[in-house]
Amino acid sequence: MNQTTTSTAAARKSEAVGEEATRKESSRNPPAMLPPVDVIEDGSGITLFADLPGVPKDKLSLHIDAGNLTIEADVVLNLPEGMESSHAEVNLPRFRRVFTLSKELDSEKISAEFNHGVLKLRIPKAEHLQPRRVEVKVA
Amino acid sequence: MLYRSLFPRDIYAELDRLQQEIQQTYDLSPSIRGLTRGFPAMNVGGTAKSVEIYAFAPGIDPASLDVQIENGMLIVAGERKLEAVPEKATLHIDERFAGRFRRVVTLPDDIDPNAVDANYHDGVLRISIARKEAVQPRRISVH
Repeated sequence: MNQTTTSTAAARKSEAVGEEATRKESSRNPPAMLPPVDVIEDGSGITLFADLPGVPKDKLSLHIDAGNLTIEADVVLNLPEGMESSHAEVNLPRFRRVFTLSKELDSEKISAEFNHGVLKLRIPKAEHLQPRRVEVKVA
Repeated sequence: MLYRSLFPRDIYAELDRLQQEIQQTYDLSPSIRGLTRGFPAMNVGGTAKSVEIYAFAPGIDPASLDVQIENGMLIVAGERKLEAVPEKATLHIDERFAGRFRRVVTLPDDIDPNAVDANYHDGVLRISIARKEAVQPRRISVH
């Protein structure tokens, strides 16, 4: 299984900052498909699943930049030589989707798994912001 | 003096084109099965020697995929189970397909149903079906 857990949020972040200039240049973004996602929130954070079929692990990139999470991925199909397409429902070679993260989410601690074309991201809430039960004292 | 409209002459054509573009982009078809085009999305193509089908079915156990060729049709069926939403959690966005699926593709006449190769990689099921030797194009020399 090509399962990996990467808690490279910090690394990715600095990478994202470094690439910002070049990304801004090219961010008259080329047309891309919007991957379907599920987003589930519980007390300690948010879990995001995204369907990215046909994307090899090294063609998936996640950026966190100014409170935005960007998922970008290239589809690689290795078509046989000389193939002529007769019907195409997947007709663009890339996926792209951007989410705005709210402040209580800790983007430094995002972990990601990518397996069989499904990305699973876990974005925890900052610890001091996780829900707490408040004792109500009756005077 | 020539009369000039305040609006571009073909504003309705422009609007029509815009609407068509939006429709293509979001596929707002009035299908009884909703907005999606069906799962898995499929691409079909061919070379001189084979017919190639790509089914975009991420997150599936390949062993649970059922691929059959029957009466000149290719049937891809299976079930996609998603992780259950834990109790007390909130599902904010729910777009990914879940449940049983079945898609059928009509195959050309010249395929050899015994020469099929199927593999599942990065969430894509690729099925390659060879064309029969006899019907592969051949140049006939004229004397």
